Amino acid sequence: MAKILVYAEQTEGRPASTALELLTKARELGDVAAVALGPGAREAAGPLGRHGAARVLVNEDAVFAEYLAEPATDCLAALVGAESPDLVLFAFSADSREVAGRLAARLGTGLISNAMDVEARDGGFAAKVPYFGGAKVATYRANARPAIVLVRPKSFEAGESGGDGEVVEVAAGAGDGSKRARIVETKTEAADKVKLEDARVVVSGGRGLGGPENFHYVEELADALGGAAGASRAVVDAGWVPYAMQVGQTGKTVRPGVYIAAGISGAMQHTVGMKGSKVIVAINKDPDAPILKMADLGVVGDALKILPKLTEAVRAKRGS
Amino acid sequence: MKIVVTVKQVPDPNAPQGLDPDNTIARDREVVLDPGDECGIEIGLQLKEAHGGEVVLVSMGPEKARDAIRKGLSMGADRGILITDGQLAGADALLTARALAAAIGPESADLVICATESYDGSTGMVPPMLAELLGVPQLTFAKHVEVADGTVTVHRQTEAGYQVVQAATPGLITVTAGIAEPRYASLKGIMAARSKEVRVVTAADLGVERGEAAETVEGIADAESRAAGEVVEDDGTIGVEKIIGVLQAAKVI
Repeated sequence: MAKILVYAEQTEGRPASTALELLTKARELGDVAAVALGPGAREAAGPLGRHGAARVLVNEDAVFAEYLAEPATDCLAALVGAESPDLVLFAFSADSREVAGRLAARLGTGLISNAMDVEARDGGFAAKVPYFGGAKVATYRANARPAIVLVRPKSFEAGESGGDGEVVEVAAGAGDGSKRARIVETKTEAADKVKLEDARVVVSGGRGLGGPENFHYVEELADALGGAAGASRAVVDAGWVPYAMQVGQTGKTVRPGVYIAAGISGAMQHTVGMKGSKVIVAINKDPDAPILKMADLGVVGDALKILPKLTEAVRAKRGS
Repeated sequence: MKIVVTVKQVPDPNAPQGLDPDNTIARDREVVLDPGDECGIEIGLQLKEAHGGEVVLVSMGPEKARDAIRKGLSMGADRGILITDGQLAGADALLTARALAAAIGPESADLVICATESYDGSTGMVPPMLAELLGVPQLTFAKHVEVADGTVTVHRQTEAGYQVVQAATPGLITVTAGIAEPRYASLKGIMAARSKEVRVVTAADLGVERGEAAETVEGIADAESRAAGEVVEDDGTIGVEKIIGVLQAAKVI
């Protein structure tokens, strides 16, 4: 049976949702051990075990929470040596990709990133990866062992296995030379709003809104609908709104009941993060905008005129 | 202070995209210096202005990628290194990182600056690999950067806000697009760039060999696409009416 290591991100005992998603998939593919590092790792082992990790390899050393990437890379490199896994799975997240990148370079194996699915293949593994921004899907067979694959969030639905995991203490394995990029302070600036990934309705704005001074139209509609506001990479890069609002390949992946895209042309960088939405509504001035070709309802028109009227109509309906 | 900025030439993000029939990205498109790299160059130039030193641009790509380096030189960078070799065409992230590391290593830079991710690939795998191969720490997702007394400090963007991350130099930072507004090249800068050095190196010069790729393409298929639904032209009322209908059908209101 194939041996699989899953790098399970956790914060103070709470596993990341991506860790549970990866484990749910991994248990179909082989014998699974999760790796949980940093303060809280032992507490996180409970849910990790219930989602498919037969063993949870833990180390609670604070070094993993204090320094970026390098201590975790050291620990994983040692575990790869000791466990000889066939596959190491990571989430395609900011933190995991930094660890995975260093690990793949250290092992000389390379990796497959941005995957949306992983399959067993003749004793090895293959991964499906969106290609050309998501219009195509490429299937890559991993040649290296271990195969290292980074999987996009929300590619799998997390579910409990009915089993439980054995908790195994492992050595931190982090050398002093890896205590370099130190997190000296953590600042929180996010507001107390509906989480983008969890919202039933997402209203996103793009460059078609003209300027940051018009973005409030998007936020007002999202509020009226009890949903969350998102944005395209173009307007995040332009500094209109914070990165936490970015939907797309390098931002959040969302699958709400209704997704309203206002003034977003539909570059694949964006659509790959929202095309799993149940219903898509697009408002765009340009009748040739690609987003209109994938929307359930496309409205060719000026978002700046439509959004305020729509917000008013929604408030009237919800108020009554 | 010696600063290396990695730069990449990418298909113009503002031009329409196309695929050739064999599923490779159409090469006849307009190519530009990656907009994310312009921000990296800008930060490199600001640090040089504050601390003195040199800004070196390193790129890997076809001969045409010289244009991307040239653009950075006209913004004010001092010289460039272009890694170009048919053997490296279509390189994966690890091979790219190896070639870049082989070219950058001998520069003994205090700081290597990369964009968080490229505009075309957007997977951001090269910077951590490059940091590992150079044996330096990585300070990533920087929306603010400072260097003082041999220490680099960044504000690393996170979901909930940011982290203040510090390391002694040498180090590698990745910068977000919001970190700085890239300057325009002045006419003087464009003229000066013509006489700046761009050294061309091959895989053999760098001692980099192409090994087995990490992956083999088994196939490329069309993604499950969503069929287009109804498209209406707004006349001042129908847009709102139709959207309200959709929201009601979805039981959102």
